[in-house]
Amino acid sequence: MNFERLLTPMLAALWLAVLPAAASAQPPHIVMASTTSTEQSGLFAHLLPAFTQASGIEVRVVALGTGQALDMARRGDADLLFVHDPAAEQKFVAEGFGLARIPVMSNDFVLIGPKADPAGLRGNDIAAALAKLAATRQAFVSRGDNSGTHSAELRLWRAAGIADPAAAVAGYKACGCGMGPALNIASSANAYVLSDRGTWLAFKNRGELALLVEGDARLFNQYAVIVVNPARHAHVKVQQAQAFADWVVSPPGQARIAGFRVGGEPLFFANAPR
Amino acid sequence: MGSFGDAVGSALQLVAAADARLLGIVALSLAVSAAACAAAALIGIPGGALLAVLRFPGRRALLLLLHTLLALPSVVVGLTVYLLLSRAGPLGAWGILFTPTAMAVAQTLLVLPLVAALTRQLVADAMHGNAEQLRSMGATPLQLAALLLLHERAALATVLLSAFGRAVSEVGAVMIVGGNIDGVTRVMTTTIALETSKGDLPLALGLGLVLLGVVACINLAIAWLRGGARRRLAFAPTA
Amino acid sequence: MTAPLIELHDCAVHFGATLALAPLRLQLRRGECVVLVGANGSGKTTLLRLLHGQLASRLTQGERRAAPGARGGEVAQAMVYQRPFLLRLSVWRNLKLALWLARVPRAQRDARAREALQRVGLLAQRSQAARALSVGQQQRLALARAWAVRPQLLLLDEPTANLDPAATREVESLLHDFAAAGLTVVLSTHHLGQARRLAQRVLCLDAGRVVADLPAQRFFEGPLPDAAARFVQGELP
Repeated sequence: MNFERLLTPMLAALWLAVLPAAASAQPPHIVMASTTSTEQSGLFAHLLPAFTQASGIEVRVVALGTGQALDMARRGDADLLFVHDPAAEQKFVAEGFGLARIPVMSNDFVLIGPKADPAGLRGNDIAAALAKLAATRQAFVSRGDNSGTHSAELRLWRAAGIADPAAAVAGYKACGCGMGPALNIASSANAYVLSDRGTWLAFKNRGELALLVEGDARLFNQYAVIVVNPARHAHVKVQQAQAFADWVVSPPGQARIAGFRVGGEPLFFANAPR
Repeated sequence: MGSFGDAVGSALQLVAAADARLLGIVALSLAVSAAACAAAALIGIPGGALLAVLRFPGRRALLLLLHTLLALPSVVVGLTVYLLLSRAGPLGAWGILFTPTAMAVAQTLLVLPLVAALTRQLVADAMHGNAEQLRSMGATPLQLAALLLLHERAALATVLLSAFGRAVSEVGAVMIVGGNIDGVTRVMTTTIALETSKGDLPLALGLGLVLLGVVACINLAIAWLRGGARRRLAFAPTA
Repeated sequence: MTAPLIELHDCAVHFGATLALAPLRLQLRRGECVVLVGANGSGKTTLLRLLHGQLASRLTQGERRAAPGARGGEVAQAMVYQRPFLLRLSVWRNLKLALWLARVPRAQRDARAREALQRVGLLAQRSQAARALSVGQQQRLALARAWAVRPQLLLLDEPTANLDPAATREVESLLHDFAAAGLTVVLSTHHLGQARRLAQRVLCLDAGRVVADLPAQRFFEGPLPDAAARFVQGELP
């Protein structure tokens, strides 16, 4: 018999045998649905190992847009949520999918645009800036993906008196994409874009972009943790998920969040109610 | 052009550092795609051969379906498998969503039409003019299929290589069913996508070059193995 | 009077709209050595395939009957096609596979394969790739493959068409031995000399029609029907 002919099927059989075994031999873990902006800021790489060390529970983060994350939790594919869209979160809990909304930390949004600032938006009044932008033909990139950032963006347009930015703003471009790709597009098109500070600080492809508007109270961005309701999905690992929720609002968890810095700057403000 | 130069530098640095995480990501990419190709081969090669050799009602319709599935976008496969494996879905009780197993399942479904359609074509071509002779020697349809597969094993190897290429290079399916979880379901392509969206383009390109390099090494190894077999046993697959 | 091996009763063959064989009647007797002659495209290959039972789906009229074989089914036959299909394997493997397809018991396969290769003089080449052999060697391999399954009827389609005179002599000598041992042989050729050397009975075909069906001596002494005579004259200087 020709061994070379047997080699391929033997290897294949080996892979097939190993993978399911690898899948089942897992340490205790929970699945947390979060947002791309939170993950890309680098927070989780800093925060989660501390929790795993303290509790022995591994946290597996699936990073999606907020809308998708909430949908995933409604289906029972996640044990808990870590998102930043207060209105959607409250609706989620009210519908009975989540146990409670627990504020954890905050940061702010910032308006990014070309260094030269042709629309003259620099300052710290976001509503005025957006109103000014609408009057020009300058390009503005919107995430357009039902994310927390997108919801915040729409909220800010409304504060500027514009109910439908897609119709009212000449240069409005909705990409239906995450924060990173939106920044990439803005970078190559020299457009304005609303971003969370965390993703902006970690973003490497800045091109001619710079931070133009910050500090407005309306740019406040609150993050919360929600444990998925086991009454809806019996298999949810509610004890372990609650352990994480309790830890992240406890002093060690909050300290860990506050200690996360990018380029010397703290990214998030730990503000869980005591 | 700077980005490309940075990318090559990035790739070389990554290889030299042989970072444990990167090695893990590469190994997972290869394991998932190899398992998917193996499963697709187990079903698709006999399936494609039988489709060429047997005549049955509905054969034309099945062939049309198969060729249409060749254009299945990887993200659609991912979405379909996700909905099947979701807790809210029919197979949720299996609990394999967001694991490498789910990724292998999705990739298997993705490359199965490719393996079956190409196998069917090469067996059908081999049958042309030759099937009658084999039947004259007493071959049943199953024997006919088996002998033609053996006869065309070199072409089959290329089919499997292209299936592997399709699997290891796709990002849509593994992103959705795997979740790109750091340390668990992160593979080369999802890492490249992540680094791209974080704006680190040279690193993303560098990782792409590393992936190509790994696949090139695999192809070299296969070619060497086949060359060795040819010398040892006086087979001449190309004659 | 033993029953004929193969009997064709008013059989006609069409390939789509084209007539390949006009309705013909034929009886093939055990132990005969029949040679089919005719120009290219006259229907020799089609007739061979029809006799072999490979054209059941193309038969537009008439009936083919075959004598029963040892294990049910038809009498054991083997055909050597004009361009024999050899698998991309060694000479030995090709032979063993043919024995497997013919359902020869496992215990006998090695011995029969060896015997067949020895008979055609290819035993020394048994480990070589079958497709790497010369044309003449490949023809002999196809012959060995057919003979190894111990058929009652051996059909051959222009078996020496691609062979040089020396190789042709070898193959003719083998066929002569097979026929002498009682094997029924039907072969086609467009070399009259070969027909003369091998045939007991000659069938001449022209454009899908059998224009002569005579014992060999009678065919070569003549006189022949017009169409057959035209073919013979065309062949000889």
